[in-house]
Amino acid sequence: MASDRILGLVVIIVALAYVASAFQIQASFLSDPVGSRTFPILLGCVVILCGVSMILRPDPEPDWPAASRFIQLGIATLVMIGYAYSLKPLGFLLPTAAAAGILSYQIGQRAGPAILTGIGLSGGLFILFKYVLGLGLFAVPKGLFG
Amino acid sequence: MDTLANLALGFGVALSPFTLMLAVLGCVLGTIIGALPGLGPSNGVAILIPLAFTLGLDATSALVLMTSVYYGAMYGGRISSILLNIPGDEPALMTTLDGYPMAKQGRAGDALVLSGVASFAGGLLATIGLIIMAPLLARVAYLFGPAEYFALYLLAFCTLGGMASNNQAKSALAACIGLGIAMIGLDNTTGMPRFTYGNLHLMDGVDFLVAIVGLFAVAEVFFFIESHGKDSAIGVKLDKITIPIRDIGRSTVTMLRASLIGFVAGVLPGAGASLGSFLAYMGEKTVARDKDTFGTGNPKGIAAPEAGNNAAAGGALVPMLTLGVPGSGTTAVLLALLMTLNITPGPLLFTERPEVVWGLIASLLIANVVLLILNVPLVKIFVKVLMVPPWVLLPGVTMISFVGIYSLSGSYFDLLLMVGFGVLGYFLRKMDVPTVPIILGILLGNAMEDSLRRAMVISSGDWTFLFSSPIAIGLWIAAFAGFIAPIFLRPFLKKPQRITD
Repeated sequence: MASDRILGLVVIIVALAYVASAFQIQASFLSDPVGSRTFPILLGCVVILCGVSMILRPDPEPDWPAASRFIQLGIATLVMIGYAYSLKPLGFLLPTAAAAGILSYQIGQRAGPAILTGIGLSGGLFILFKYVLGLGLFAVPKGLFG
Repeated sequence: MDTLANLALGFGVALSPFTLMLAVLGCVLGTIIGALPGLGPSNGVAILIPLAFTLGLDATSALVLMTSVYYGAMYGGRISSILLNIPGDEPALMTTLDGYPMAKQGRAGDALVLSGVASFAGGLLATIGLIIMAPLLARVAYLFGPAEYFALYLLAFCTLGGMASNNQAKSALAACIGLGIAMIGLDNTTGMPRFTYGNLHLMDGVDFLVAIVGLFAVAEVFFFIESHGKDSAIGVKLDKITIPIRDIGRSTVTMLRASLIGFVAGVLPGAGASLGSFLAYMGEKTVARDKDTFGTGNPKGIAAPEAGNNAAAGGALVPMLTLGVPGSGTTAVLLALLMTLNITPGPLLFTERPEVVWGLIASLLIANVVLLILNVPLVKIFVKVLMVPPWVLLPGVTMISFVGIYSLSGSYFDLLLMVGFGVLGYFLRKMDVPTVPIILGILLGNAMEDSLRRAMVISSGDWTFLFSSPIAIGLWIAAFAGFIAPIFLRPFLKKPQRITD
């Protein structure tokens, strides 16, 4: 119940912001009867209707995971963001092994297999990407070996 | 005899050793992707698209590879349905109803072979249907102007939304999220930036591959972390594979009926394979004399949904190729592939690039035969694939997704966007907001707006032009009905729940 109402409210606020920024779209000298603004504004209005409907007639509450699982999900998200940033400066092998290992531990809950998975995936995928698919990946940081 | 000449052209393209190899490769990959729980067809095809680009394949080869994966995934979905009671993908849900009980009776091999043969029948009949119907529909498609296209896009969102969620408001919301994201970037008509907030990365708009991989693959990882990868051990044993000739013989008519139902469901824009297998199963249950054995391992209950879902997979290609409107989530991903390859689906495709269309159709026929061989005698190999534990599989999928998207654009921004879509996808799916309409929205948003604006240019701003032709009116009525009908039909068409032991 509550989740749907919150989502409905969030959706309405986002839609209002969307419509507001649709009004800010610069007009161009090339104009047509509809223009750049109409379609986005129309979409915003439909979304507001959906949001109202969700507030008035919410579905049963979905079964949210416990708080500890949410922390896990947050960690997973941070790992992925970190992985995205480290892929270029640190090369492929190290970040991949770390990220795959952590994700594997989060799913399987066992440290040993997770470490092996991280190392195995990073090595295996590197060979696959670099030598079979011919992607220009760097195994280790570029500056390290000159 | 045009058709035969075209088919000959198609086989000329498809029978080259390289294309044939791609078809076989695609079938194997597809079956594996379909079989693995948590890695559905749209998912799998989406992850493979960036890799297909890095291989430097030309349009026809890339298309052959991906459609083989697509057909293969439809075959593979049944393996985990039958052995694990977990549908490998959404359309395979109906196969669990009779497949798993039959497997528990010690007839897992029979169930796998029977469903493989049913998949073949469905796939083959649907491909024949595609050969007959697609050129006809392509001719009708010439009559479509911007007003008709606008109504058609609307129809796709309405029927898809009607089926995808239990709450109409949520599916409409999903479609609008997708359409809204599509608006980001430069306006096609005027060239002015919209919703970019001065960010250069957003000028090109949001790449749909980023959204697809994020919403499907990354979100799946979150789901597995939440559940700690529970419930994915093989529940039944598979020993010898024999061919249950009696069961196959008895369900021949079932397969034919189910294929027809599935094909029609697939052709409807936005309805797709899940609806096909569902209607095929329910239809078969209604006409069968032994109704009460459905759900306890009735062979017909395995043959019907499998034939139905594979027929729908073929049927969904008809509107995708002729009108550029996909009939399901996976065909939406295939459409994304076509657009990235600079091929515009539509009636012109049939006259301007016949080698693409007919090469594709011929390779579908070949893929079907290859899949039958892979899935009946060699099914044991694929069963081994199910042994891959989720704590190896999901990290692997994540890493492949990252490298795939990174190789596409080489920007951090897209990777972060992908993670963002993953988080969004997790929350939306938790709240029963379907994600497929979002993909469809991102994919079709600009085309939909363009058709509206072109229609208004033609009519110099007269809105009644949208309802000015019989085709347009028909499409508007169908769209309206498609959106409203499920509300009233829901009490009657309740999806059967998964059997739990």
